[in-house]
Amino acid sequence: MAVKDYIRERFFPHLWCPGCGHGIVLNGLLRAIEKLGLSKNEIVMVTGIGCSARIAGYVDFHTLHTIHGRALAFATGVKLSRPELKVIVPMGDGDALAIGGNHFIHAARRNIDMTAIVMNNRIYGMTGGQFSPLSGCGVIATTSPYANIDNDFDVVELSKAAGATFVARTTTYHVKEISDFIRKAILHEGFSVVEILTQCPTYFGRKNKEGEAADMLRRYKEITTPIGSDAKKENPDLIERGIFLQKENPEYCSEYNAIIQQAMKG
Amino acid sequence: MAKPKLKQHLIKRSWCKGCGICVEFCPKHVLELDALDKAIAARPEDCICCRLCELRCPDLAIEIETE
Amino acid sequence: MSQNIKFIQGNEVCAEAAIYAGLDFYAGYPITPSSEIAEHLAYRLPQIGGKFIQMEDEIASLCAIIGASLTGHKVMTATSGPGFSLMQEALGYAIMAEIPCVIVDVQRGGPSTGIPTHGSQGDVNQARWGTHGDHSIVALTASNHQDLFEMTVYAFNLAETYRTPVILLLDELVGHMRERLIMPEKGEIPLVERLRTSVREGVDYHPYLPREDGRLPMSDFGGVHRYNVTGLYHDMWGFPSSEPRTVHGLIRHLVDKLENRIGEIAKFREYHLEDADVVLISYGCSARSALHVVKNRRLRGERLGLLELQTLWPFASEIVREKCAGARSVVVVEMNMGQMLQAVKTAVDEPEKVFLANRIDGVFITPTDISNILRLIQGKGV
Repeated sequence: MAVKDYIRERFFPHLWCPGCGHGIVLNGLLRAIEKLGLSKNEIVMVTGIGCSARIAGYVDFHTLHTIHGRALAFATGVKLSRPELKVIVPMGDGDALAIGGNHFIHAARRNIDMTAIVMNNRIYGMTGGQFSPLSGCGVIATTSPYANIDNDFDVVELSKAAGATFVARTTTYHVKEISDFIRKAILHEGFSVVEILTQCPTYFGRKNKEGEAADMLRRYKEITTPIGSDAKKENPDLIERGIFLQKENPEYCSEYNAIIQQAMKG
Repeated sequence: MAKPKLKQHLIKRSWCKGCGICVEFCPKHVLELDALDKAIAARPEDCICCRLCELRCPDLAIEIETE
Repeated sequence: MSQNIKFIQGNEVCAEAAIYAGLDFYAGYPITPSSEIAEHLAYRLPQIGGKFIQMEDEIASLCAIIGASLTGHKVMTATSGPGFSLMQEALGYAIMAEIPCVIVDVQRGGPSTGIPTHGSQGDVNQARWGTHGDHSIVALTASNHQDLFEMTVYAFNLAETYRTPVILLLDELVGHMRERLIMPEKGEIPLVERLRTSVREGVDYHPYLPREDGRLPMSDFGGVHRYNVTGLYHDMWGFPSSEPRTVHGLIRHLVDKLENRIGEIAKFREYHLEDADVVLISYGCSARSALHVVKNRRLRGERLGLLELQTLWPFASEIVREKCAGARSVVVVEMNMGQMLQAVKTAVDEPEKVFLANRIDGVFITPTDISNILRLIQGKGV
């Protein structure tokens, strides 16, 4: 099947702003699914609220557009009740880690088999450009007009510590990594996190003088480096990209099935 | 494997929002924005079918068709 | 055939009745006085191949059962006031997205932490209006174990019939009380199963287009129909819409599908109402004391009757008005500051004849409490 066979074409052009990185994430996600050759009937996409969450409307899967921050909780019910389904949960940075932070760490802790994609544009776009828990110090936003003093999370470290068993990070400049990492995350049996730095030219770019979409994309090339590169040793401020963790641990739904076997024996 | 040969750039004009990402990162400077800020293949003969424009397009508006 | 008689706790009755009704997915978070429901189901569900999950909080619990309902399962969660407060946003989602699910609230004292281990009926109006926006809701209750069993099954039946969340509003007293239950035989109480669409693969399926009878056939996630579910106003395919006619039609549908069927949904019990000049109206644990008063006074020749509400919402105002028409006075017996009293006052022809007999100190309202208030109303002094 071609990429266009996975989308609901009647809703295009989509509602995202010109140059928004979320479209690039959608693009890469579709290519990952195309490569895996999955049936559309076996995929459930669950999203929360925000610009990121609108991705659910555009894909021709079973789509569940829920409430702010709780996508992973809904997804947990979908997955545990029908473990044979592939569950993909794209979330924004505020959605996943502010209001949804508790669900994020607990879904990771259970190691329930689903793919969490953090579309990290470091800002609340839908509500007009407020800072998020991934903005970081110094960022200018409508609610940090003098510069943000809130520290940010490191999504990779947080996911690892919480119990995720597949953790990767890339950017919207590195499009081949997007589809590669998402494909591997979907194949991984356990809780997978793929953080994708994605540009918001409308709010983050303008407020922080990072230029237009293409300038922001070029910046992703400049401020990131593959895991373990020599460049990182010379410049510790570089953000590492790649697959940070991929390990096998008991998966929640499989473990629960064992409980059922035990209980049924009586 | 033989190098893919370009048939055409399929660009959905109604989907393109003119962000310029495809123009900026085309390694062979094949693409341009027209007067209406829509992507066009100005120099298709230079295209090496790397598909980076297709992969990076946030609007899913570009498809590289090969022979 | 010999009867299967159990002497068990109310919360266990609720859990067993849920299994009888077909429950096979439960998500919850521990909270007094509802935890025994979760404990019982953690043990029982895997025995029948069902699933139990303890979530990180109450809103996650309701979200999880909504997800599981969409894959075709009968689902439930249970909590108490503070957890019910936390669930309200997800409750609105279940109403908007028309997801069958059952939410048990074993009421305790409030607001806030209140008295976890003492009873109250303070969540009656929260059940009605706790989540934001215009909507209708079904809330059921019970005063004894036999009724509790039936009402729990009824909650699942209504959830499936009307594609709606149903709240089972219990209280600490009924939840923790132990009394006799005659376990209904299989098939004794009719069950409503999920209405699934007959639309074939490849044919346009409208998950949000009601049939003429108001019901909306569903398609399980993972099946052949891929559609969208959202908390936004949406069209008949489930896709977001802000088109005024669509929005108006949706809200009207969500309200009308329940409010227009009060006659079918409303359940109540009546005791000696035929010639009553004093009508007590009560529900849940309070109805036990109210019934005691009615029976005692009847022995003394006084014409007291009781209307026990089992469906609290949608409120059966026509039934209440009719049952109270011949009464000199109407006394609402409840363990709150008069939450059902207000609904009764708006229903009856003479609101000035409606009085409140209540207790709000965490102590079970006794027949003596009610008798004292009756004497005050009748001008006889305590």
